[in-house]
Amino acid sequence: MQQAKLLEVKNLRTEFPYDKNKTVPAVHHISFSMEEGEILGLVGESGCGKSVTALSVMGLIANSNGIITDGEIYFKGQNLLTMNKKQRRLIRGGAMSMIFQEPMSSLNPAMRIDKQIMEAIQLHTDLDKDQARALARKLLVMVGIPDPDRVLKNYPHQLSGGMSQRVMIALAMSCQPELLIADEPTTALDVTIQAQILELLREIQKEKNTGILLITHDLGVVAEMCDRVIVMYAGEIVEVAVCKELFQSPRHPYTQGLIASVPKLGSGRTSLPWIPGSVPDLLSMPKACRFAPRCPYATDKCRTEKPDLLEKAPGHEARCWFSESQQPVEE
Amino acid sequence: MNTFLELKNVSKKFPAGKDLFGRANRFVHAVNNISFKVQQGETFSLVGESGCGKSTTGRLIDRLLTPDEGEISFLGQRIDQLDQQGMRPLRREIQMIFQDPAGSLNPRMTVEDLIAEPLIIHNPQMTAQDRMQEVRKLMQVVGISPKNANRYPHEFSGGQKQRIGIARALSVQPQLIIADEPVSALDVSIQAQVLHLLQRLQEQLDLTYIFISHDLSVVEMISDRIAVMYLGFILELADKDKLFANPSHPYTQALISAVPIPDPQKKPERIYLEGEIPSALNLPKGCPFASRCPKCMDRCKQERPVLREIEAGHEIACFLFEEGACPSKS
Repeated sequence: MQQAKLLEVKNLRTEFPYDKNKTVPAVHHISFSMEEGEILGLVGESGCGKSVTALSVMGLIANSNGIITDGEIYFKGQNLLTMNKKQRRLIRGGAMSMIFQEPMSSLNPAMRIDKQIMEAIQLHTDLDKDQARALARKLLVMVGIPDPDRVLKNYPHQLSGGMSQRVMIALAMSCQPELLIADEPTTALDVTIQAQILELLREIQKEKNTGILLITHDLGVVAEMCDRVIVMYAGEIVEVAVCKELFQSPRHPYTQGLIASVPKLGSGRTSLPWIPGSVPDLLSMPKACRFAPRCPYATDKCRTEKPDLLEKAPGHEARCWFSESQQPVEE
Repeated sequence: MNTFLELKNVSKKFPAGKDLFGRANRFVHAVNNISFKVQQGETFSLVGESGCGKSTTGRLIDRLLTPDEGEISFLGQRIDQLDQQGMRPLRREIQMIFQDPAGSLNPRMTVEDLIAEPLIIHNPQMTAQDRMQEVRKLMQVVGISPKNANRYPHEFSGGQKQRIGIARALSVQPQLIIADEPVSALDVSIQAQVLHLLQRLQEQLDLTYIFISHDLSVVEMISDRIAVMYLGFILELADKDKLFANPSHPYTQALISAVPIPDPQKKPERIYLEGEIPSALNLPKGCPFASRCPKCMDRCKQERPVLREIEAGHEIACFLFEEGACPSKS
């Protein structure tokens, strides 16, 4: 029998209530899977559903009032959506953990760092207090905190943004997760600190073979970190490819436009192309291809028939009627 | 000829703690002894990481803040100590664009009223009819259909809101626009649009920009000259081409090397910075960057280097470039 994938999302649909008895889907039937130890990028612009996907996988979507109305999520072959709360809680923070964009607001401001890490450890293991504290210290050393004994006694406000994110990563790694979901982990950080945190995540992946689902809007971060990339637009997956291939020959016009619009340092350019128009409103989604109103290649077919996410080359899927014949945009 | 805008040894500190008698005894040194000149029609960028004093500098020029020390001259006039009354005629000439387009527009006002507001304040004798005509013209200039004049900010996307913010700034026909992270809150596919609009307006209206940003790749697109700030100091100031062709300050080099390259084929040669950023409450005695600098020398911890020219149009505050110091010796 084939070994179960680390994560498998099938046909996930997550909706949000907005009016009396009405809901609007933020994630619209998406499916993807992840191998052990893989760094999978989930990219897209604001409102494309990437964070909702992460929260759905993590089982935290109810906290944001979201409702999963369809689909299945398998973690190493176990269906997360049918298990009871207790089983789910054991996995969350244990074999599967998450770090967030705002390290400062993800830590409890009224609790010392040692307490916060020990709490997580003791919830998921049988270690006693001293053992848990020793492990907490070891974790801080692992994430490159130069003065772990001092930091253990600190409160979150005494730490810088980069240090807080390191503590968050230590906390997330405390139970040796097999899947780490990182939702814009460096967006709130300065670039010199971002470089350090990305390096740390890479090291963790190499040493512990942790699978990382990296959610970001920054294509530079994707290019540096990811093995494979999923591109989302308006609640749907529009393209999936190996990282190198995505940047070399993007198949979907949205991905092409996105890559073309990213400024590249040192290019000497003073202007860049952009994607005209804006992301459609969740309540008035185009019925067929959701990108059609902004797409330079759109035809009547695109406006009337919905394209499926299909394999266009080995391991390279795109949701577009024309992506076979299309040439990638010129640099 | 008068310089368009000049800052001379400008400093600003904010009280951060009080002693027993309620007197401030600790200060955040946000901007420290900075000097630069801006020519009419150019885009001068202030770039640096959070807390480097770039926004404070913008606010000092707009005189939303008053400098503690130093001189600011605009169009040949000293403005650093002007009061509200004295600043008022000059506010027509200096306008700001902010980072968060949603937060800087009153949600209860229609687009028309938002754009008309500066006109009512700065040009009260204008008739309502002329004003409305002007508002519609401005909407067209920034690319918002005048059909939408009666809509509210929440009905627009982020990029469109930023266009409304730009129309507001333009309404009083300023000469200088201070843009504080104007595209940072926008999605990347929209960024290029707004940058292009800013560039086009500059050409058409002969505007001067002070462009404040943390994003080097955006700064590279729009600037003529760039000042790199760190802990309230300017460490390097150069023409754009010189800065990117020959980044000389160790901090600038690290900053440029840290930017992720959106191309998986290229691996950056990254300079990782060790050490902590010093607190702006206790400025280091020597070079502000010494604690993280990979090329730090003994002298850097004792003395503070000042900006000096290393080639035409390229100034740097670093002892490595001082006469007699040999860069390779570090």
